[in-house]
Amino acid sequence: MSILEFLTDLFNPDLRFLPKALLISVMSAVVCGVVGCFVVLRGMAFIGDAVAHAVFPGLAVAFVLQGSLVLGGAVAGIITAVLVAVFSQNRRLKEDSVMGVFLVGSFALGVVIISRAPGYAGSLQQFLFGSITGIPDSDVVVVAVAAVVVLGLAFALHKEFVVVTLDREMARAMGLSVFWLDIVLYVMVTLAVVISIQTIGNILVLALLITPAATARLLTDRLGVMMTLGPLIGGLSALVGLYLSWTYDYPTGGTIVLVSTAVFLLAWTLAPRHGLVATWRSARRQPDDAGLDDGVTVVGGDRRSPALDAGR
Amino acid sequence: MTVLQVEDVSVALGGRTVLRDVDLSVEAGEFVGLIGPNGAGKTTLLRTVLALVRPSAGSVLVQGRRARPGAPGVGYVPQRHEFAWDFPISIEQTVMTGLVGRQGLFRRPSASDWRLVADALDRVGMAHLRTRPVGELSGGQRQRVLVARALALHPSVLLLDEPFTGLDMPTQELLSDLFTRLAGEGTAVLMTTHDLLEALARCGRLVLLNRTVVADAPPDRLRDPELWVRTFGLSERSPLLAFLTAA
Repeated sequence: MSILEFLTDLFNPDLRFLPKALLISVMSAVVCGVVGCFVVLRGMAFIGDAVAHAVFPGLAVAFVLQGSLVLGGAVAGIITAVLVAVFSQNRRLKEDSVMGVFLVGSFALGVVIISRAPGYAGSLQQFLFGSITGIPDSDVVVVAVAAVVVLGLAFALHKEFVVVTLDREMARAMGLSVFWLDIVLYVMVTLAVVISIQTIGNILVLALLITPAATARLLTDRLGVMMTLGPLIGGLSALVGLYLSWTYDYPTGGTIVLVSTAVFLLAWTLAPRHGLVATWRSARRQPDDAGLDDGVTVVGGDRRSPALDAGR
Repeated sequence: MTVLQVEDVSVALGGRTVLRDVDLSVEAGEFVGLIGPNGAGKTTLLRTVLALVRPSAGSVLVQGRRARPGAPGVGYVPQRHEFAWDFPISIEQTVMTGLVGRQGLFRRPSASDWRLVADALDRVGMAHLRTRPVGELSGGQRQRVLVARALALHPSVLLLDEPFTGLDMPTQELLSDLFTRLAGEGTAVLMTTHDLLEALARCGRLVLLNRTVVADAPPDRLRDPELWVRTFGLSERSPLLAFLTAA
């Protein structure tokens, strides 16, 4: 199918679900791309996984009660996120064990709840792997509002999140409330996951959170650039993925994730420091810092060179 | 002028007494070494000054005011491994994070914030590398970036936690020069270290700590082997004692 035919289908009144699915996929991918940067930088991919599983009972309850899936998932996810943050204060258990307990527990609760709904096998598959049909109009609004809230929080608390990620002890010494900042970040992850589940599905949503942000990290050493590239790569992957899935009749969630995985592999191959881009950059940098490169060592190295004194 | 005043401080962590009746004061312009074995409570004492640990008794005063998190006047340089060096951030942005406590939500760094950052980088001799990603720096450079972050707000007391660990001798010397200079500019510097040689040579005063203050005097008045035996639990055959009494 050509791009033109895809555009025609987008505006076909009989296919009204298609532009809605596209809008939701791209919005959620953009939000995941931003939140994912902190998930990747803090090494909390497992938290993303835990939250993705934890929203399941909320989806199940909302499904059984015919309520809003986004709202149900958000409530369940936030409850679990707060429980993880609170239980992690107990130093006997490491955070990942606490999350392990809650993610499986809540997922199991979801499985049991949804089994009470008639015809649950089909809806279970829809939850797990996503679907582009059957999205109510109201969800577009809910997703848009959630997106604005999450991006607003990311913007408002950017400096604080950076400090906490760099050095938690220092953040405490500065008088920041590390506990509450953690909770806010968990809630942001939850919202990002919940708004993505509709189209991507419960199992694959982690990819939207991790892959674009990880790809962006490979490409830059600048946080600002990373936080621009992450949502850009996510949004484009969603767009291209939906197009491919519509054209070749592939499952949407799977296709979007495969596209972003392909971008990741591409970035890995051409990554700075190890690929073509790196060679070009270091060649360009030579003139500015002539004589100083000697003072730079590989990460983890503690070598000192006479160049250290150059600027003193 | 007394900048840091620790009075009769006791700290219990998890029901265990970690510090007992600690008295310590640091004047402006002093470079004080805090010496003691692992588990002596050195880091706990620094955390108490930062008000991250609440003492069960006694008080900590910084410039005459009770210590509290985020209080102006205290600069803290944590151990190097506490910092996420793989974070994609430049040197100057890292130093800028030292100002976050006084910046409000949504606020972007102002021109005067950037001046503070430039000034701090100048003082540690890292201005020429300010746009470098921190991941590319050597150990000594990393330590100087952390010092610059602590200096950005012009603290009156600078707390250094094991700044020499894992660094070679020339780099230690470079940092010692820096700390001596900062003290010379009027900052009260309190440093924990396991590097006795550097501390004996550079610090104007040493505080020997093992749960409580065993001794508090200039290095040349700490020749009594008994003090070192009590602080570190050394045996009488320890080469350190031979060195200290011979020097």
